[in-house]
Amino acid sequence: MTLSLEEVEHIAELAKLALSDEEKARYREQLSAILEYAARIQAVDTDDILPTATVLPLDTVLREDEVRPSMPREKLLAGSREHEQGMYRVNAVLDESA
Amino acid sequence: MNELTDLTISEAQGLLRAGQISAVELTEAHLERISALDGQIHAFLTIAADRALEQARRADARRLSGEAPPLLGIPLAYKDVLATEGVPTTCGSRILEGYLPPYTATAVARLAQAGAVMLGKTNMDEFAMGSSTENSAYQITANPWDLQRVPGGSSGGSAAAVAAHMVPGALGTDTGGSIRQPAALCGVVGLKPTYGRVSRYGLVAFASSLDQIGPLTRSVADAAALLGVIAGHDSQDSTSLPQPVPDYSRALREDVQGLRVGVPREYFIDGMAPEVEAGVRQAVELLQELGAEVHEVSLPHTDLALPVYYLIAPAECSANLARFEGIRYGPRAEAESMWDGYRATRGGGFGPEVKRRIMLGTYALSAGYYDAYYLKAQKVRTLIKRDFDQAFDQVDVIACPASPTTAFKVGERMDDPLQMYLSDVFTLAVNLAGICGISLPCGFDTRGLPIGLQIIGPALGEERILHAAYAYEQATDWHMRAPAL
Repeated sequence: MTLSLEEVEHIAELAKLALSDEEKARYREQLSAILEYAARIQAVDTDDILPTATVLPLDTVLREDEVRPSMPREKLLAGSREHEQGMYRVNAVLDESA
Repeated sequence: MNELTDLTISEAQGLLRAGQISAVELTEAHLERISALDGQIHAFLTIAADRALEQARRADARRLSGEAPPLLGIPLAYKDVLATEGVPTTCGSRILEGYLPPYTATAVARLAQAGAVMLGKTNMDEFAMGSSTENSAYQITANPWDLQRVPGGSSGGSAAAVAAHMVPGALGTDTGGSIRQPAALCGVVGLKPTYGRVSRYGLVAFASSLDQIGPLTRSVADAAALLGVIAGHDSQDSTSLPQPVPDYSRALREDVQGLRVGVPREYFIDGMAPEVEAGVRQAVELLQELGAEVHEVSLPHTDLALPVYYLIAPAECSANLARFEGIRYGPRAEAESMWDGYRATRGGGFGPEVKRRIMLGTYALSAGYYDAYYLKAQKVRTLIKRDFDQAFDQVDVIACPASPTTAFKVGERMDDPLQMYLSDVFTLAVNLAGICGISLPCGFDTRGLPIGLQIIGPALGEERILHAAYAYEQATDWHMRAPAL
């Protein structure tokens, strides 16, 4: 199984990763090798097998919906390099063509 | 009396209680050893010396006032993936360079409450993805037994720091072997608890259905002591188990009469180092001489654990690491639009292995491939878990190698990701099944490198693995050896 360059670019775009041409070429080769190795699971008969998403014996865990203090806004914002007036600062979300 | 830095946690506890040493003396001795040695080992990303001395002074004051929580004055170090309020937490990544968390991980908070002193934060493979700690964006950690070799990973900084006597105990995290494999390669004890036994609150998520926090120490008793403090339900982590935490020290018994030890035939494979196989087989023989019953068991889906893991863990990582976009934490790349900012921040901020896994996971979850890769892997995961359920109907614990080889050379496996992934071939299945395992020293190869014995137990079987490990440790002296530094 070999990924095409277009597939690598598509995955990188889904994952929002800017990659150099050299990185794309390397990941194309390495991911193809890993996926080929992983393909061996296709041979296993799993017709009557349920998937394991979690090993926990727990049901949905709920708690009381009670009002309680949250972390101070300034303390959380302190982790960000760019914030003002109590909000994160971001670049333009919508471009002109949108 | 030993050098202060040669003391195990339990030995130090005794001397502290008896008033023969102070917490400040103990902390100073370890900080001095870190200054003397870490220029060669590079185990620490942050050394919190002033803070540690302040905590040690407070520990001494608390003892004077009659308080005696279990770890009062004991120095520890934490893998840099655990959030520590006000102390840098980088996950070994440039994307979190300079990040100061606004809160502390539950496991760390519980150790602090029990009186522990934090010496610093330890190096790791970026976001815990790796088996050699070479994927750290900051530095390469040396194995204290041979500085040209890796300490294993991803908790390689914690394992090397404990092995080099820079700290008597540390926390690591284990998603596919990241506590047990470095413990094996550095000749220390490392325990991966049952999934849900230790709260993951404040552990920066890699693969949420697999991650667990656990101790690295120089004795089985010390691992039990740290586990007893960090284990237990936490309302901040809905996946933490409600079962009460037993007194793990009661599991530390030398008598293994009648203990049923399973040896899985699938864990002795072509390509493993003959000296590792010999060391582990001799360890099993010793357990038998001590009174344990040894049975061969089969875990037939073992060879599928690696491909299943390298679909499930990257899938979960690609979702978890979506949160790093340069807005809420870490450096942000200059860009015109928000999306360009995301691409540039992530493309430049993550290292090669993290990007590789995000790509792999994104692919496995993407439209058209989800059923063939992710869902299929989750179904085979069920079969792997079932193998262990059936084995534990026949035996109490399973004994096998922790790693197929002893420590390998820096750079040796960096060009071939699959070769690196094979380093974890004996540890991955335990995480997929959500059960517990411990690695402890069981010999040395002819190069003088430590060999690790892994003892696996069922879900919430920590007492069983501690029991078997303690009995083996007490009958041997491998754990008494220290690297010449």
